Amino acid sequence: MTGNYPALLVTVPLLAAFVIYGCSWLHKRSCLFMALLGLTIPFAISVALLKKVLINGHISYHLGGWDPPWGIAYELDPINAIVLVAVTTVALVNLIATSKEIETRFSDRRGAFYALYLLFVVGLLGIVATGDLFNLYVLLEIASITGYSLIAMGDPARAPLSSLNYVFMGTIGACFYLLGVGYIYIMTGSLNMADVHALLPPLYHSSAIVVAFIFCLVGVMIKMGFFPLHSWLPNAYTYVPSPAASLIAPLMTKVMAYVMIRLMISVFSPKFVFSSIAASNAVVWLACLAIVMGALMALAQRDVRRMLTYIIVSEIGYIVGGAWIGNATAMSGAVLHIINDVLMTFCVFLSLGAIARSTKGYQIENFSGLFKKIPVTMATFVVSGLSIIGIPPTCGFFSKWYLILGAIEGGHYGFIVVLLLSSLINIILFFRIFEEAFFVYPKTNAVHTEGEASIAIAETPFVTLIPLVLTAILLIFTGIYSGSLIALIIKPVVSAGLL
Amino acid sequence: METIHSIRPLLAILASLFAIPLIVGFSRRPAMREFWTFAAAGSKFLIIVSMLPLVLTGRRVTCTIFEIIPGVPLQLTVDTLGLLFALVSSSLWILTSIYSVGYMRGLGEHSQTRYFCFFAVALSATIGVAFSANLLTLYIFYEILSLATYPLVTHHQDEEARSSGRRYLAYILGSSIGLFLPAMLISYHLAGTLTFSASGFLGASISRKVLMILLIMFVFGAAKAAVMPLHAWLPAAMVAPTPVSALLHAVAVVKVGVFVIIRIITGVFGVNLLKSLSLTTPVIVLACITILCGSLIALSQDNLKRLLAYSTISQLSYIVLGVSLLSQRGLTGAFIHIPMHAFGKITLFFCAGAIFVATGKKNISEMKGLGRQMPITMAAFFIASLSIIGLPPCGGFLSKWNLVLGSIEAHRPLVLVVLLVSSLLNAGYFMPVVYKAFFFKTESAVAGVKEAPLCCLIPLCLTAIFSIIFLFYPQPFYELISHALKCIIGAGV
Amino acid sequence: MDFLLTHLVAKYNFWLYIILMMIGLYAMIAKNNLIKKLVGMNIFQTAIILFYVSIGSKRGGTIPIVEHIAGGGEHAINPTRYVNPLPHVLMLTAIVVSVSTFGVALALAIKIYQRYKTLEEDELLTRIRES
Repeated sequence: MTGNYPALLVTVPLLAAFVIYGCSWLHKRSCLFMALLGLTIPFAISVALLKKVLINGHISYHLGGWDPPWGIAYELDPINAIVLVAVTTVALVNLIATSKEIETRFSDRRGAFYALYLLFVVGLLGIVATGDLFNLYVLLEIASITGYSLIAMGDPARAPLSSLNYVFMGTIGACFYLLGVGYIYIMTGSLNMADVHALLPPLYHSSAIVVAFIFCLVGVMIKMGFFPLHSWLPNAYTYVPSPAASLIAPLMTKVMAYVMIRLMISVFSPKFVFSSIAASNAVVWLACLAIVMGALMALAQRDVRRMLTYIIVSEIGYIVGGAWIGNATAMSGAVLHIINDVLMTFCVFLSLGAIARSTKGYQIENFSGLFKKIPVTMATFVVSGLSIIGIPPTCGFFSKWYLILGAIEGGHYGFIVVLLLSSLINIILFFRIFEEAFFVYPKTNAVHTEGEASIAIAETPFVTLIPLVLTAILLIFTGIYSGSLIALIIKPVVSAGLL
Repeated sequence: METIHSIRPLLAILASLFAIPLIVGFSRRPAMREFWTFAAAGSKFLIIVSMLPLVLTGRRVTCTIFEIIPGVPLQLTVDTLGLLFALVSSSLWILTSIYSVGYMRGLGEHSQTRYFCFFAVALSATIGVAFSANLLTLYIFYEILSLATYPLVTHHQDEEARSSGRRYLAYILGSSIGLFLPAMLISYHLAGTLTFSASGFLGASISRKVLMILLIMFVFGAAKAAVMPLHAWLPAAMVAPTPVSALLHAVAVVKVGVFVIIRIITGVFGVNLLKSLSLTTPVIVLACITILCGSLIALSQDNLKRLLAYSTISQLSYIVLGVSLLSQRGLTGAFIHIPMHAFGKITLFFCAGAIFVATGKKNISEMKGLGRQMPITMAAFFIASLSIIGLPPCGGFLSKWNLVLGSIEAHRPLVLVVLLVSSLLNAGYFMPVVYKAFFFKTESAVAGVKEAPLCCLIPLCLTAIFSIIFLFYPQPFYELISHALKCIIGAGV
Repeated sequence: MDFLLTHLVAKYNFWLYIILMMIGLYAMIAKNNLIKKLVGMNIFQTAIILFYVSIGSKRGGTIPIVEHIAGGGEHAINPTRYVNPLPHVLMLTAIVVSVSTFGVALALAIKIYQRYKTLEEDELLTRIRES
């Protein structure tokens, strides 16, 4: 049983998705329970796998007993084990926290929603765990297609069109990736990542391999919303229904960023990426541009949710820049930032979803006086905001620490300046909201004396509040323990591949 | 030096944090809420005092919480300098708490629970800075302090308070993230450690140019020290309620700024390294400019709190100047100026607040003849201003005396001139206030005004009396400082 | 002439798929009608399927089923006689993916049409702005 964990990780939610959809015709109320079950089991498995990987090292699981390169292998190293844990945690916690809203908002479509939700998670888990290039494509499309559908379930006026635009961009991205895999297959005759990794070195000078790498990279970058290719992201993430927003926004882009790092390290090699192509400087500059443009565009938004989507664009720039600076410190920073950013974005979107109960819209003006009304929810929003800014001891500070340190080591001073600049812009972005929420009274209530009595406290229900508070606390704990995270999990993998 | 592992430093920091749930819990019962504030302040002070004998016998108390970044743990160490600063801030917190009660109730302020909570957080962070064993720990507490004081600055929640809050954040966070953080990272990259040591951890192998840039980045990065041109946040922050201005913007926050600079100079670079490369000249020049400009601007202020703010800006640079003179006397003067200025300036702020509570007046021109209505307050004001000017019979005389000697010791006659001119300027902006209060005819607007409530009056009398006592009984401070100097200078000389 | 032979004629399958891809991309970017864009998307995907299929094929190769003629089993199997089945199999999956993407996209188009009664992008944008 324990030997089959990697397979169960993906198959359990996959089967659960279908069972739930069937069940929604018969007994609607059991859907939630089954969805929870379908996510709790992978969560437990991912934690067990992480533990196992940390004790025994790398796990290679051969699906159906077929040895690679003929069969499909699932490869688990400490980094993707921790990413798996992050994915399952976010998926599970988000489902618990938003279950109430899902049940009321999608009462007649809940079977479909849960099924899509679980399939999306299946896709992401598979992407992270798989050791096969083509399998990755298929799982990527599973995650994307379910993602399109989840987004389309949002605001009926705008969501379908933004989802359709996402379909166009996403498909182009996936096709580019597929094309790149095709070239790799032509040159090596293999699709297994480890196998390809072993076969490639003599072919590094070949232009076909360079083209393959560029195609794969462009495809992945479209999917993760890297700056010039991000146009689908703001609309798609703005109009998605809020229970899905706090699932998709933190996970999709970050998992794709992980795929990029995986391609750089385990399929190709850092030697190839940084010496044979010699484009790393250009990519880091592009990342700088992504960070600055993301931050500036965020500054132009009055809609908080839209602002956050641009912050995601900027955060992706952090990860790409860190990965392409090309030393172990910066790469560790990038990997750490993937995990931190999953948590931060999750916390901020989840609290925004909870806040939205008490406001009429996502405009900054709607936030006035919220702190009096929903103090705890706002406090979690503040913690996640501080983490995104990078204030210690929240986790955002520490990934920034490694990224900047890596940039100093690599002599890439532009990247340092840009990172600091974006932190400063983030201060403006968030304190604009905090100020409105904390110190401005709602217009109807111009009373300036002890106003507690006049504004009723309408705190978020506990089923949402408790996960939210736990996530906010987790942000601080991840920050505090980031040293061990780096030392135990990230460094061993990264420094094996890098200098 | 013997090192003792103890959780007492951590407890000293947490004491006020523990009080927060209680303060929030009793938000509807003001008496209980304030009781918990006192309990926190008292226990914090006692814990800090309890470490005094250990430190005075030449031991240091450390507490490692855990390793955050390889080689850089979250660690607290109590040394004499940190203890001196912690003692000053925690003792003044008790007095300020009494004063807060009188002031906030006297004016019927809103959101008092929030006020007391963030005050407690700010004090935790201040003690955290004082006890930090390395630059990262210090930075973390520094940022917490910046954020905790933001709601206090914007307490009034009107447009002016909010725009001041924005300016406050822009200066404080902007400089710490934009300058301090990269400087810290570069130091870490160069030295591989961030732990303060008596001879500094930045070795002489680093080129002079890099060291110079780092020093400037650190000095400006600690914008809480209000070295010009990064001073504008301090006058803006005066929109806060007066107890906040008193404790935070005369003692805790701004002193944290200069304390950081002291740590940078003595713990990161090391006095000997700086002296051998004579790196501190630009800092001395900056400090001199700040001293003179701050005093000159103060001359033209009519709003009493703004006047005090500019006076603080100039007085803080005395400390920066004293440290960057790098001579024994200069350092002594700088260190002793921390308690002396703290007690003097907090008295002045208390007086300004008491006047505001009693009369509702903020401007000096409206305070004519007030000395007859509020004799005790104005007498305290007079004593405290003597201390700030640096005249006997007040403690401020000691610090100025040492600073002057330090400038001679360091062979910098220009600094001597600056110090003396600045004293004249100080007298120039304080004496008219006292003169107007006592010798002008009472204006009808303030006629019939009584002294402020007792809760306001007692703390300001106490701090004024302490200002005098310190001149005659400065031994405890000297003892602490001589220990500190033994570490800093004795390490290499 | 040599260049033409080696790069254009001998690798005609690559040129074909690139041309198809560009046609698809053009339709996706330049067309105003959402359905036309969808068609473009499908052409784009098909181009890649074509590319995969073409790299598996061999001149003179036959379908990869080992013939069991009398005595045939004793001969060593000669791989050059059979086309490479793997890319073809992969494309079965890719076709499934593209069909489901297309399905989702069509469903979205229907939803958009139901609400705005148009599939022309410029009209859609003006109607969204008006509402």
